Amino acid sequence: MANTSTLARGGGNPPASGRPPTRSRRRTKASGMPEWVIPYVLLIPGLLVIAGLLLYPTIQMVIMSFQKVGLRQIRGVPAESVGTENYTQIFESEIFWSSLRNTVTFAVVTVALTLILGTAVGTLLNRLSRKMSTFVVVGIMSAWAVPPVAQGVIWRWLFDADAGIINWALNLLPDWFSELLFGRSDWTGEPWLNDAFTIYLVLIVCVVWASFPFIAVSVLAGLKGIPAELYEAARVDGSGAWRTFRTITLPLLRPVFAVLTILSIIWNFKVFSQLYVLMGGPNNREAFNLSMFSFAEAFRSPPKMGSGAAIAVVLTLLLLVVTAFYVRQIVKTEEM
Amino acid sequence: MTTSLTGGKPDASTRNRPAASGGMDPRTRKRLGVIALNTAGVLVFLFATFPVYWMVSTAFKTNDQIFTTDFIPIPTEITFDHLDRVLTEGVAGNSIWVYMRNSAIVALGTVLIGAVFALLAATAIARFRFRGRTSFLITLLIVQMIPAEALLIPLFLNVRRLGLYDQLLGLIVINVGLTLPFGIWMLRTFVAAVPKSLEEAAWIDGASRFTTFRKVLFPLVAPGLVATSIFSFITAWNELIFALILMSDSSGYTMPVALQFFFGQRGTDWGAIMAGSTMMTIPVVVFFLLVQRRMVSGLVAGAVKG
Repeated sequence: MANTSTLARGGGNPPASGRPPTRSRRRTKASGMPEWVIPYVLLIPGLLVIAGLLLYPTIQMVIMSFQKVGLRQIRGVPAESVGTENYTQIFESEIFWSSLRNTVTFAVVTVALTLILGTAVGTLLNRLSRKMSTFVVVGIMSAWAVPPVAQGVIWRWLFDADAGIINWALNLLPDWFSELLFGRSDWTGEPWLNDAFTIYLVLIVCVVWASFPFIAVSVLAGLKGIPAELYEAARVDGSGAWRTFRTITLPLLRPVFAVLTILSIIWNFKVFSQLYVLMGGPNNREAFNLSMFSFAEAFRSPPKMGSGAAIAVVLTLLLLVVTAFYVRQIVKTEEM
Repeated sequence: MTTSLTGGKPDASTRNRPAASGGMDPRTRKRLGVIALNTAGVLVFLFATFPVYWMVSTAFKTNDQIFTTDFIPIPTEITFDHLDRVLTEGVAGNSIWVYMRNSAIVALGTVLIGAVFALLAATAIARFRFRGRTSFLITLLIVQMIPAEALLIPLFLNVRRLGLYDQLLGLIVINVGLTLPFGIWMLRTFVAAVPKSLEEAAWIDGASRFTTFRKVLFPLVAPGLVATSIFSFITAWNELIFALILMSDSSGYTMPVALQFFFGQRGTDWGAIMAGSTMMTIPVVVFFLLVQRRMVSGLVAGAVKG
């Protein structure tokens, strides 16, 4: 088993990064595998999955976005190239621009609201007693745990036109107040889920409700790591709550906030399940976002998978641009 | 004794101070502060749990109490009709058990395959320095930025070509792909947290690599593996869009797809859909509460630390 030739080969394959491998000098025991091969063998299944299910389809998606892929092609006729026709077509379509607007607006508003509410609750949790904090954490966890489809179902029910509790609650408001705020006082039978704007209002409430717990718990975890002396010192110096938050909490939690922001952006950019339930399938074209638009183009008859793929490419590029900064940050700052 | 002094300004004064004294009567102020904080806590609790409660309570209300413009906070009459209906009559031609079973098969299949693959890859990354390691890590990171919705079309065609269309196995394979990059990313921090010296001690005692892995590394990484697995389970359990397009026969639907069929046909049967949603939600809530701490630290650490 003393396979000296593998040692030589191992030496011929210096590691790409980092410290010298102290262990590669050691002989393998019983496994019969030269040391340097082991990590590659361990990686094979994972690599196959990532290459076959994620990287290769990405390339296919890009290629398909330049092809006409309809019913005949799905049945096996080779796809023909149409140049950039799919792209010119979607850029000329109004639905694309309204989808893009819906996607971006929804993401920006939801990310902002989730972060604000989540941070506020996280800060609150940090100041509650242990028992009370556990109680609240268990509560918000149960909101976070609800599957996206069920979230959609719940909020569709809460905002139901006839028997929904939101309309009931709005009717409770004093008439003058309701008039003042919304210009109306009778909410009975108000259909929330017919119009794109109100669909997105409900969607925002739904997604913020379901995702603020994660932010809150993460912020709480971050706060626990900040030494109490800092706050003590700030208090002694007469710093107010807001100022303490701005000058101590915020800077120290910056890495946490960076991650949370990016994760929220990724999640909210491609929201699908909740929207699908709230609008009852891909029917209301004005309320499409890019995911839904791509889905509808590709899978509603007649299937236009080529333009579906083109929309998907646009969505992917958008996400990559938005998150590129974050990826670079991680690659740069972390010894990986 | 605390009530005697200083009445006013509970809000403004309490918010400014973390714990101890400040001005006039520290105890009063402190107590008022605690009351304000706890009130806020209760409000947050209610905001988070009320919709969930509303789902569950609607599932057990009679139709009279469901379809009303009144607010009935606690059902005065409890019925199991809706639950019974979704279990026997079901929706789209099958009992809800069929869909629960399908969802469970997909989620468990994903976890079993995914856990093994993730553990192998995470060990490679956390325990070895090798050529291509950094590139692999960067790939892992970038791949997570590609929205699954974008891969829908090519994956749909590939699955058809491979003859996995309309089969739960196809869904399992897809879900392994969707969950693996994050699984590896999360698990490697757990592997890295196990001190190397333990394994080295085992080697010195003459254990083989495999024995070391099985007897030393594996037991110590097991909690992390559980957390990662549950994350994958939940992702696969909740997955809607691929299940929507890859399963055409209703006996192969998963829960998220099946729930869609409650809408539409002669109005929405809210009692039934809430019963179905409740059944779908329970396993996830249980898992969440089980691994809540670890999952948060895993998500954040996985994303923050190298």
